[in-house]
Amino acid sequence: MATVEVSTEKKAEPPQTSVPAPSKPKTITLRISRFNPSENAETKFEEFKIPVQKWTTVLEAILYVKENLDHSVAVRYSCRQASCGSCGMKINGKPRLACYTKISELESNVVTVEPMNNFPIIRDLAVDFKQLFSTHKKMKPFIINEESEVQPGAKEFIQTPQDLEKFLQFSYCIKCGLCNSACPTMATDKSFVGPQGLAQAYRYTADNRDQGKKDRLKIVDQSHGIWRCHFAGSCSNVCPKGVDPAMAIQLLRGYLLGFRK
Amino acid sequence: MAEQFSNREGIKGMINPTRYGLERVAYWMQRLSGLGLLAYLIGHIYETSTILNGKAAWNNMLSLTQTPGGHLVLVIVIGMCVFHTGNGIRLMISEGGKGIGRPGQPEYPYRASSLNYKQRLCIWVSIALAALAMMYGAGVLLGD
Repeated sequence: MATVEVSTEKKAEPPQTSVPAPSKPKTITLRISRFNPSENAETKFEEFKIPVQKWTTVLEAILYVKENLDHSVAVRYSCRQASCGSCGMKINGKPRLACYTKISELESNVVTVEPMNNFPIIRDLAVDFKQLFSTHKKMKPFIINEESEVQPGAKEFIQTPQDLEKFLQFSYCIKCGLCNSACPTMATDKSFVGPQGLAQAYRYTADNRDQGKKDRLKIVDQSHGIWRCHFAGSCSNVCPKGVDPAMAIQLLRGYLLGFRK
Repeated sequence: MAEQFSNREGIKGMINPTRYGLERVAYWMQRLSGLGLLAYLIGHIYETSTILNGKAAWNNMLSLTQTPGGHLVLVIVIGMCVFHTGNGIRLMISEGGKGIGRPGQPEYPYRASSLNYKQRLCIWVSIALAALAMMYGAGVLLGD
């Protein structure tokens, strides 16, 4: 049996890669808006001191509060990676995803979190998405085509990369509601369709497999529909996925004005 | 759910020009100048209608408006008119789907192509034209 001699003269040295030492945690003040409609109708802010690292997200800070300081804080979250659209809230006055916002990028030692505007509050930071989902469904968010590809003998619909680019961006919507929260029209008009719904109407209208353009244009061409948008651009400013609802709305309007076919 | 829990921002949120960049400021200025011009139009119709009451009433009204204060109002009206026109043309073109970029694959950090440099340039040009027109108007009305 072959033996391997290990030299004892040369001792194994630790690797020379320079691993940065963890930075000292900083303490910030997290102000959480508290509101429980079953108890009282007043909103109050509670302050918590939180240790944070440069990578700590706002959601992690809220979860720290829940784990260590006050478990009764109501917050909705799920994926923690900006995919599910659950943790939208107003952070230092602007609608953002809590899991996608690092405390270090806010450049403030005081972070205020509030529920998103223009949505009814369920409790604390959790808001009701009933209207958002209902408007989304009204836009018929599916391909309308009589020659469905599930018919026996039918072939798949062919699309070129150029065809795909016309709507792909708008299909990345995660329905987080940030756009509706930032919209100035949504702030005053409770019947307005909103940027999320209008962007989805464009997403399916621009899809060359779809034949429901007429139906959708009829839905948005109403008094609280597309004409209430004044292109303030706030929806696109806050969108965490680059969907750009403001662009979708103007392009959809192009169909109604006859600039697009 | 009761209306008091709806958490709608209301007019206070609508007119807040901060938080969302230059486009939101332009939106706010467009609304404000629109309301200002509407108020001016109503005032102007009232002013000119005094002529129906005779020359004395007309001269009386002119003595009210042709003062430094009245001229200052006119200078502001000139500014509102020019900005509202310039920014309004930008909006009309954009709302037809022109000058807002093309849809494509969004890439991090996800800068919206509809809020592009062309839009910002048009807003700044509208502001600059309004400022120039106000300066010219002030020179004519308030100068010697």
